[in-house]
This record gives sequence, structure tokens and C-alpha cells, in this order.
Amino acid sequence: MSAYDRFETVEVSTDLLIIGGGMAACGAVVEACHWAKKNGMKVALVDKAAMDRSGAVAMGLSAINQYVGLKDGENTLKNYVDYVRNDLMGITREDQVADIARHVDGSVHLFEKWGLPIWTDKDGKYVHEGRWQLMINGESYKVIVAEAAKNAMNEAGAELFERIFIVEPLMDGNKCVGAVGFSVREEKFYVFKAKAVMCAMGGAVHVFKPRSSGEGLGRAWYPPWNSGSSAYFTMKAGAEMTCQEVRFIPVRFKDAYGPVGAWFLLFKSRATNAEGGEYMVENRPELEKWGEYGKVKPIPANLRNWLGQMDVLDGKGPIYMRTNEAIQNIADKFKDDPKAFKKKMKELENEAWEDFLDMTISQAILWAATDTQPEEKPSEIAAAEPYFIGSHSGASGAWVSGPEDLQTAESKADYFWGYTNMSTAEGLFCAGDASGASSHKFSSGSHAEGRVAGKAAIAYIVDHNDAPNVDDGKVSELKKLILGPMDLIADNKDKTTDPHINPNYIRPKQFMLRLQKMMDEYAGGVSAQFFTSEKLLTRGMELLELLKEDSTKLGAEDLHELMRAWENIHRMWQAEAHVRTMLFREETRWPGYYFRKDIPKIDEENWKVFANCKWDPNSNEWEMIKRKIHSIF
Amino acid sequence: MPSFVIPDKCDGCKALDKTACQHICPNDLMVLDKETMKAWNVEPELCWECYNCVKICPTDAVEVRGYADFVPMGATVTPMRSTDTILWTVKFRNGTIKRFKFPIRTTAEGSAVPDGGWETKGDDLKSPVLFTEPASLGLDDVPTL
Ligand SMILES: Cc1cc2nc3c(=O)[nH]c(=O)nc-3n(C[C@H](O)[C@H](O)[C@H](O)COP(=O)(O)OP(=O)(O)OC[C@H]3O[C@@H](n4cnc5c(N)ncnc54)[C@H](O)[C@@H]3O)c2cc1C
Ligand code: SF4
Ligand code: SF4
Repeated sequence: MSAYDRFETVEVSTDLLIIGGGMAACGAVVEACHWAKKNGMKVALVDKAAMDRSGAVAMGLSAINQYVGLKDGENTLKNYVDYVRNDLMGITREDQVADIARHVDGSVHLFEKWGLPIWTDKDGKYVHEGRWQLMINGESYKVIVAEAAKNAMNEAGAELFERIFIVEPLMDGNKCVGAVGFSVREEKFYVFKAKAVMCAMGGAVHVFKPRSSGEGLGRAWYPPWNSGSSAYFTMKAGAEMTCQEVRFIPVRFKDAYGPVGAWFLLFKSRATNAEGGEYMVENRPELEKWGEYGKVKPIPANLRNWLGQMDVLDGKGPIYMRTNEAIQNIADKFKDDPKAFKKKMKELENEAWEDFLDMTISQAILWAATDTQPEEKPSEIAAAEPYFIGSHSGASGAWVSGPEDLQTAESKADYFWGYTNMSTAEGLFCAGDASGASSHKFSSGSHAEGRVAGKAAIAYIVDHNDAPNVDDGKVSELKKLILGPMDLIADNKDKTTDPHINPNYIRPKQFMLRLQKMMDEYAGGVSAQFFTSEKLLTRGMELLELLKEDSTKLGAEDLHELMRAWENIHRMWQAEAHVRTMLFREETRWPGYYFRKDIPKIDEENWKVFANCKWDPNSNEWEMIKRKIHSIF
Repeated sequence: MPSFVIPDKCDGCKALDKTACQHICPNDLMVLDKETMKAWNVEPELCWECYNCVKICPTDAVEVRGYADFVPMGATVTPMRSTDTILWTVKFRNGTIKRFKFPIRTTAEGSAVPDGGWETKGDDLKSPVLFTEPASLGLDDVPTL
């Protein structure tokens, strides 16, 4: 019996469907449940994993990276907007960034009430790691945020679906009316019908080849379970996308990708090349080539990467975090008081290890396995591979409406279309990594943005309270397509003696490696030192086209592998949008993230714009669009 | 193999249909072998070493061995998570042992109230004021232009 006939079809009808269970989705559901209850609406949330530990915060975090401190007058909205705009080399939606910034403190205050231990000093003030960052004991961060979300759902009678992998949107013309997916536990195909849909499935990893490709393949900085589903979902809905070229490459402790923030910000550690030269000092003249962005403080993340990369290219690696020197400097301050020194050291040791144990346990294993005591010897740092995470220092995501009250007369025409965080597809809302051009929202800002989107989605439903018009023929077509990989293997696997080597299908793992190799070599991955060019990208597109054709030959032996098959199709679409947009933007704006060798300069005159793209479901054509940058603050 | 299961300790979660490790793994890696009734990590090369399976296992049967392609052998990092704290034991390759204890939450499990106890008086669905605002912001109003 074919999978199509075997799988039961389960239909779920709701008013608001929230897809994803991470920070943005948890924010969305807390807020939406409140307004849904008031307006007699139903809410459902669907996650591919268990909400307690799903998404990028699954392991925990050691810091909240966005807190503005409005109530104590620590900063203004404009301060935050300036910081984000500069870090993104001028390319940012000020209305969205300010919208998140004005709500984010409220989310942080809620986390504290819910039980998240946020460090405070003796006056009860939050302890900052940096200007915007708060220190937390965040092992259970996600558990706590999910608990509040679930409690809100219980109060509002909302439905929670876990272990359902969402594949595609359901469309009624340009309006999103639901989603389809399958259970990864039992042979069931799910059809969700809704009056509005909120997409919050995180960013994407494993589009590019990671540095470790054996057992350590999974130890990317970004978690292996977020595979570009947000990007795919919004693109397939025909929504306009933005900043698809703005990948993120974090510099972290090498190989295990442990965080460096505490070392730079708290311990004031220096990073140097192997000869002891400080690239941030020695390579400073290079900053002048990057316009006004080379002059701002803090120096944009990509430029910091680039100054380090210059040393690596000069053969001056490895690059080291001088942990021993930083600790010695602290010790020097206490040289007359050995008791106070011992106490301080104990405190610092706790902070250093907690930073790893709360969010990158692998780094603790690596330090222990290499007998690394940070006070004794420095540790290598390195640039990771590229990721798509619009909520962090990347910016890729859907192009969404901003709030009406944060527009100028000029910006309103371009940035506002009725409901905050709604994409250009009707009724489809996006937040967190799913919405673009509003980076530096991190965990707290994603939650706040989710809340904004959750409320706006309920407002949309109140105004458009029509039963979703779902085309049953299309649903049945999608069911056949989505379950196809299972039949392909079942029908062909006995044709060879090794189920992994068969001319009739390709297994998801090999498909993923093929995508990664192509992106790595042509689209500026680690092996290419993040360099690319028009010729390389064009050749990459040719290979990507062949991969797309072969995606119809993906085979899956079981439900788990069926999920892997679709994750990789999602990654492939993220890859295509990325390559097309890097080709479109004829300049190098983010050295350190990627460098167009054929156009090695920034071009403020022609390219201080958003480079947007849109896939048309009717014509199957891509459109590339320039959108204006408006200054609001 | 990043996370692995000690057969003598794993009891298959007493044959309940949902094992704890399988329930929690964000990447769907832990599977119960129906013949041996023991769990195993089916795709170790896609494990993030997030330790969620380790922390949740009721019999302490799951451990982690650093990625073989770049981590030297011999070190272990072991958590013990209670309702309000986590205790970590880090064992170095050279035998050095370090212990760390951190709080994980300040309230009782299950007690998170969605509105955090803040006033929720607003009822304008069209305004940018979220349901706990402005109280949860500590401001009189939500800032605007
Ligand atoms: C390594 C790392 C360290 C970080 N450190 C910090 C920090 O110190 N401080 C800070 O504030 N922020 C930090 N961040 C940023 C923060 O984690 C993100 O900004 C935030 O999690 C984004 O929220 P989100 O809801 O968009 O995505 P996520 O929280 O990742 O949630 C995505 C959700 O979508 C679900 N999903 C994915 N695909 C599907 C599908 N096809 N079907 C159904 N469900 C699906 C997932 O299961 C998950 O529930 C860090 C991020 C990373 C990766
Ligand atoms: S949680 Fe522990 S006891 Fe239960 S199946 Fe997994 S390894 Fe075995
Ligand atoms: S460590 Fe995390 S990713 Fe690895 S098997 Fe356990 S729960 Fe899954």
C-alpha cells in the first residue's frame, strides 16, 4: 500500500495557528491566548519537537542579549536602533527594531517573575555583561518560558501539537489559510486550517558545510534541528523576503563553539594572532575602507571578523583568546590581598565554566579533554561556518509590516500595511528568525516580537473572520508529494544489496552533504574563506538547479528520515534565496560574513538599500527587488 | 557517539510507550529498541550534545562522550539536575575534577503565571499595548515616536 493510502489524514481547524515552539512562538502564544479568550477565538500551536526543550534555547543560555533598560533610563529606543543599524552596516528596518526594543524589557520582567534567575547586584539591579546583555543562570530558560506558554494555553483552551513536522503552507490565492505536515511518531498526515498563521520555525544551519564533518557534524554553533523551515514556508507562500544575503558567522572558541562574550565583555580578554599581535589594533587602518561603519563603536561584528580573518589569511594563525593574560590582569589588581584574590578567582572560574555549561556543554568537554585551565594557557578562537539567524547578528527573514505609530510620512508607504509583523502574504505573520531586517532581537526580543505578532494576528482574525477556504484537491496533491520519499525507497530498495547505494533514489544525508559542498565551495563557505564572486555564484546556481531536480528523488525509509528529507528541501530553498541575493547585490558590504572578490568595495550610492526577493508560486519565477531604507530615528 | 546509553542502567522507561529521552530530544535522535527495550542514539553525527536526554533520564543511563573527530578521549561532564539547581562534575583527561552548582529557577515548577501578576486592563486590540503593558515595562506608557 502506498504511503498516501496508508497514512491517516488528521484535520485540525482553528482560528490562529502558531507554527514553531521556540522563543518567538512562546511569546506569540502567551499574548494571543489572552486576546483570543476575550474575543472567543481558538489557538493551536504545532512544534516538531517537545516545546520544553525545542529551538535554539533548548540547552539553555547564559545571557539575555537584549535588554534596553527603559524604566531606569539606561538607554533610549534610539540608542538601540543606532546600535543595530551600525552593526548591520546600515541595512536595517528602524521601525521594527524600535518596536521590539520598546517591548523587550517587559518580556524580560516576565521571565524573572516566571522564575528565571537573572543576576542582580547588592542594590537589586540587573548585572550586565555588556551594555545590552544581562547575566542569567539560564539552564532552564526554555523550560520556564515554555511553562508560561503552556499555562496560557491551558487557560485559553488552546491545543498543543508536538512532534509534528510542518512542511508547507496552504494558500487561498495570496492568503495563507493553514499548513500541512506529518507526525514523526505515527503514520499520520496533518492538515491545519486557520484564519491566520504565525510562522516561527527559527533559522537554518547545515546549509553550508560545517568545519567538523565526522561525528562533530552536529556541533555547529546553531542547533542542527532548525533547518530553514521558516524561510521555506514563507517563500512557498509567495511572501517577499529580505536580507537573504545577510548570513551570520560567529567567532567562537574553536571547534566546540563555546561563547566568547563573557571573556571579551566581563574578563576584558584580548584576542591576538599567534605572534601576539592584536588584529583589532594592527589591522585598524583597514576599517577606513568601510565607510562610516568602520568608524562606529562598537565595531560591527562582521568587520571584527574581517580584521581577524586578515591575520589568518596572512598565515598568522592560530588566533587566540588570551584567557591567561586576562586572569593575570585581574589577579594583579588583588596582589596585596591574596584572600580577596582567591575569592575573586573562584567567582571568575564559576562564571567562565557556567558560560559553557549553560549553553555549550561541548566546550566544557573540550576544555576538560585538552586539560585546558584558562588561567594557564590561551584557547583558540575561529570563525564558524555561515548560518541564517535573523534574530541574532544575521538579518534574513520575511519582509513584514511595521507598526503604524513608528513610521514617518515617507516610511509609512513602504513599511506599513495594516497588521504588525504580517508578511506580504495575507494572514501570514512572522517573528523571531522568521522575520527579517530586524536583527539583534535574540531570545528576549524574539519573545517580545512574538507577542506583538500574536496580538496583531488576533486583530487580523477579528477583522477577517472568514472560514478558511482550503482546496481539497491541493491538499491531496501535497499529501502525495510529501509522503512520496517513503514509497520511493519501499519500491526500489530491493534492487541493490545495499539500501544506501541505489541509482533510483538519494538518501537525505547524502543530499545534505551535496548541498553543503556546493555552498561551501561556490557561495563563500569556510573552505573558500568566505570569498565568492559572480562567476562562482553563477556556477553554484547551475549545480543547485541539478540538486533541485534531484530533490524529487529523495528517499526516506521511515518517519524520521522523511523529516530529514524535507528539512533538506527547506535548506535548499534557503540556499537558493541566499545565492540569488548575493548575486543581486553588486558590492561587498559585510566583509567577514562574505566577500565578493569581483566587487571588493562597499557602494553606498547604489546599494544602501534592502535587497529583497520573491518567488512567484504561479510562474515559478524569482523577482529581485530593491527597497528603500528610511531613517526614522 | 555524542550521547550514548549504558545498557545495564536503561530500563526502557519501564516499557511505557513514551520514553523520556525520546520525548525530549529536540532532534528526534533517541529511539527505543523494541527487542532489547534499551534506548540508543540513531544519528550521533547530528547530536548537539545539548544534554537534554542526559538530564531527563530517570535512571542516569545516558552519558556523553565528546565528538570523536576532534575531542581527545578521557574527559567527562556530568550533570545532576534537581528542581531548583544543577550540579556539574567536570573530569579532566588528567584526572582533575571540578564541581559547579548553579540555580536553575526561583519559583516552584509549574507555577509560571502567564501575566506575571501584572495588571492586564487594556482592551484595545488595535493598539501596540501588549496585555501586561504598560505595567510590565515599569513605564507609564508604551513609548512611541
Ligand atoms: C548557539 C546560540 C547561542 C545564543 N545565545 C544567546 C544568548 O546568550 N542570549 C540571547 O538572548 N540569545 C541567544 N541566542 C539567540 C536566541 O536563541 C534566538 O534569537 C531565539 O531562539 C530565536 O527564536 P525563534 O523562536 O525565532 O527560534 P527558536 O527559538 O529556535 O525556535 C524555533 C522553533 O521552531 C520549531 N521548528 C523548526 N522547524 C519546524 C518545522 N518544520 N515544523 C514545526 N516546528 C518547527 C523548533 O522545534 C522550535 O520550537 C543564541 C542562539 C544560538 C543559536
Ligand atoms: S530515558 Fe533513560 S531509562 Fe528511559 S529509555 Fe531513555 S535511556 Fe532508557
Ligand atoms: S544530547 Fe541533545 S541532541 Fe544529543 S541525543 Fe541527547 S537530547 Fe538529542
